[in-house]
Amino acid sequence: MTKSQQFYLTLKKFGINFASGVPCAAQKNILPFFFNDPEMIYIGATREEETVGIATGAFLAGKKPIVLMQNSGLANCINALASLCIPYKIPILILATWRGYPKDKNEPHYHHVMGRATIKLMNDLGIPVKIIPEKAPHTVIPLSIKEMQKQKRPVVMLLKRHIFK
Amino acid sequence: MKRHEAIKTICSFLRKRDIVISPTGNISRELFILKDSPRNFYMMGSMGLTSSIGLGLALCFPKRRIFVIEGDGSILMNMGSLATIGHYKPKNLINIILDNEIYESTGDQLSVSNTANLDQVAKNVGYKIVQKIRLKKKLQDFLKGLKSSKGPIFILLKVEKGRIYERTPRVPYTPEEIATYFQKFLRNNL
Repeated sequence: MTKSQQFYLTLKKFGINFASGVPCAAQKNILPFFFNDPEMIYIGATREEETVGIATGAFLAGKKPIVLMQNSGLANCINALASLCIPYKIPILILATWRGYPKDKNEPHYHHVMGRATIKLMNDLGIPVKIIPEKAPHTVIPLSIKEMQKQKRPVVMLLKRHIFK
Repeated sequence: MKRHEAIKTICSFLRKRDIVISPTGNISRELFILKDSPRNFYMMGSMGLTSSIGLGLALCFPKRRIFVIEGDGSILMNMGSLATIGHYKPKNLINIILDNEIYESTGDQLSVSNTANLDQVAKNVGYKIVQKIRLKKKLQDFLKGLKSSKGPIFILLKVEKGRIYERTPRVPYTPEEIATYFQKFLRNNL
């Protein structure tokens, strides 16, 4: 079983049944599981902020949503997280690729600033961040969901770009 | 037609299980004053996301009518959402744009909706029914004949400038209360 398949199956095991996203190249091996699973609703959005709105609607309807994006898109979501998810207590799991993380020397320049600011920005908003471990990526899921349910707010799982390659 | 008359008219045609998503600013405040109900999700903050929340709800509740009410400024902020809705085509989603061509909640600054042809945009991205309405009577006739399974529906409602009160009070509930009442309404009206 590949890491991405195990990750996907673990999401399902913990009840995730609705997804919305804007693709990132580093997620291209996991996205087909969302697209091809008849038990999963996947809605492709035009911009990451939209995924947070769509997932909020799904949560209010009783679903357990995840949103999928790059950390550049997480920047597009800041107001939605700050003025919708946190005050309304909407727990949404966020899988965000961590482009431009501090030790990644091969990233193009446009990822550097956000890559280095990602965790700080989320911390300042009060959004918990979990870095996905390389060896057993799926183990981040139960921890993130527990944190999300305890705090009743979104949790970000940060994915370094080579993990699902 | 004034905006608050439009809101009142829309509310008068709601059925038991229908829900309403309203945006940040005066529209939510007027909806609260005119017809507060746990069926209303007052989305205060996150300007632009009303139609996205409506889409999420519409996909999960295919048999329930979802009314998304918002202003021209709000939909202009998230026009990508129209493309997403037009693509996934939830039959039960009804977008109503209260278009007064200004950002009235922030002091009447002009928006660009007078040249945006939002009804044509909706038509081109795949909405099934698109209407541009000015008169209250036409709005009433349209809502009277509205079937729940023909959407997505887009109504561009041209409304006059002007608010119900000089200072409409804020919705008094906390965001958490709004979400809790709304979810309870959904559970009790399955």
